[in-house]
Amino acid sequence: MIYEMYVDSSASIEKFGFGFIFSSHWEPVKEEFGALTFIYGTIVSSFMALLMSLPISIGVAIFLSELVHKSIRTSLSFLVEILAAIPSIIYGFWGIFVLAPFMRTTIQPFLQSVFGFLPFFQGTMYGTGLLTASIILAIMITPIITAITRDVLKAIPVAQKEAAFALGATRWEGIKMALLNARSGILGGAVLGLGRAIGETMAVTMVIGNKAQIKASFFEPAYTMASVIANEFAEASNEMQISALIEVGLILFGVTFLVNSMARLLIYSVTRNAQ
Amino acid sequence: MTAEKIFKNPKNLKRRKFINSLMILLCFIAAVLTILPLLYIFIYTTQSGITALNIDFFTQLPKPVGEEGGGMANAIVGSGILICLGGLIGIPIGIMSGIYIAEYSKSFLAGAIKFTTDVLSGVPSIVVGIFAYGVVVLSMQSFSAIAGGFALGILMIPTVTKITEEMLRLVPHSLREASLALGVSRWKTTVKVVLKTASSGIITGILLAIARAAGETAPLLFTAFGNSFWQTSIDQPIAALPLQIFVYAISPYEDWHRQAWAGAFVLIFMVFIVNFLVRYVTRNKFG
Repeated sequence: MIYEMYVDSSASIEKFGFGFIFSSHWEPVKEEFGALTFIYGTIVSSFMALLMSLPISIGVAIFLSELVHKSIRTSLSFLVEILAAIPSIIYGFWGIFVLAPFMRTTIQPFLQSVFGFLPFFQGTMYGTGLLTASIILAIMITPIITAITRDVLKAIPVAQKEAAFALGATRWEGIKMALLNARSGILGGAVLGLGRAIGETMAVTMVIGNKAQIKASFFEPAYTMASVIANEFAEASNEMQISALIEVGLILFGVTFLVNSMARLLIYSVTRNAQ
Repeated sequence: MTAEKIFKNPKNLKRRKFINSLMILLCFIAAVLTILPLLYIFIYTTQSGITALNIDFFTQLPKPVGEEGGGMANAIVGSGILICLGGLIGIPIGIMSGIYIAEYSKSFLAGAIKFTTDVLSGVPSIVVGIFAYGVVVLSMQSFSAIAGGFALGILMIPTVTKITEEMLRLVPHSLREASLALGVSRWKTTVKVVLKTASSGIITGILLAIARAAGETAPLLFTAFGNSFWQTSIDQPIAALPLQIFVYAISPYEDWHRQAWAGAFVLIFMVFIVNFLVRYVTRNKFG
């Protein structure tokens, strides 16, 4: 698979070399291609999504594994599982028609009035853009991180927590200890979620605004690697453009491969110790 | 040592109790925050979808812009064809590699396959789409249902493999040993005893894979490509439900939006049914 993609993108690799990654020109008409803007969009949106999703996921996982009664736990876990199963196109659709207007009328004016002095929250409010895409991504990766955090928390021996309680620890202090012991597994879950966010295509394409630019403001539209492929591939006008798009795909593949392998190793390390 | 100091000091107790309840409250809020979008998406889609849903949606072809009515019959059939093609590729390969990992887990190859499957499940679907484009579309010189099915098939493999492996591991060893003791050969034991015992679990895995594939859009953009007419021959571009939703959703026409909501509702409904079914089957068996 890697070989196939390398062959198909060789034309663009030969022509642009390493400059491909660092150039921000993307002009199909002049046959000039550089992927910097897309890489930037992908990285920023994914990391922002992770930042939003991680604390919430850990909270839900604790809630599911430690705090609630079994009957609530099963139905709640089921709901979270379904959240993971909804096709991304529906998230995107919902993003355009519900989230984006809500962002434009409520969230973004609020952020601007409170944090307006920061460059991140200035500029025109379109509703769609980096921030909206990150929120959609955060919603989408929360179930994954939650599921893995729950599993690693379960792998921590109960005796440890009981020992803490016996010493007079409060519930939260017991949980905190479990969290500390599970940290590398949780990190693995987070990285796995990051990998998913990096590769997510449809939902992001629909709400990020699709404009190849690098701006400080999170309200501005941006572009990600996955969405440029989705938008331009089928109607690419010349061989070089297709080749360049495949090279973007190759970079995407490489990045997600690295991220996922890392996540797997981290998760394996925790679950193996538990057995 | 310090634990005693911290836990026994009465001055700290109030603060610690406060932190305790604060953190538990935060966990609760997190749970609510996660469930909220789900309910919102589900209710919103159902509301907008049901009002737009009618018999025409399932029986008519898409109408051109401006004309009222029309449906997505071709897209529904197209999705069906694509999933069948994908299943033909993905399900046998998935089951077979699952069997290999579970039954022959000591060999080096099994470990390698397991790792590859894990990595494959993390590959963005759009990258799989490019791969299918390179392999099928370029060599056939046209967008086609085969290319779309190929992409979906690859996406199905990890899910099916994983579930097959897990289900086979749940089959008790004594069953295998009993069969082998009767003089049945290794592969016959696997097929007739182990696989049969695990079959309901594997079928749920296949259902999950199908539900996932049915919602995939990204890899179909430049493999199946979409089509607004009846098309049942598999070497031609073909319509698919999620593709149609995508095209309609980003269009500026009110009528198309309504159709897209109806499509979204059908998709989400299917995902729910499959998940409930899977829950039901697995609970009966292992609960």
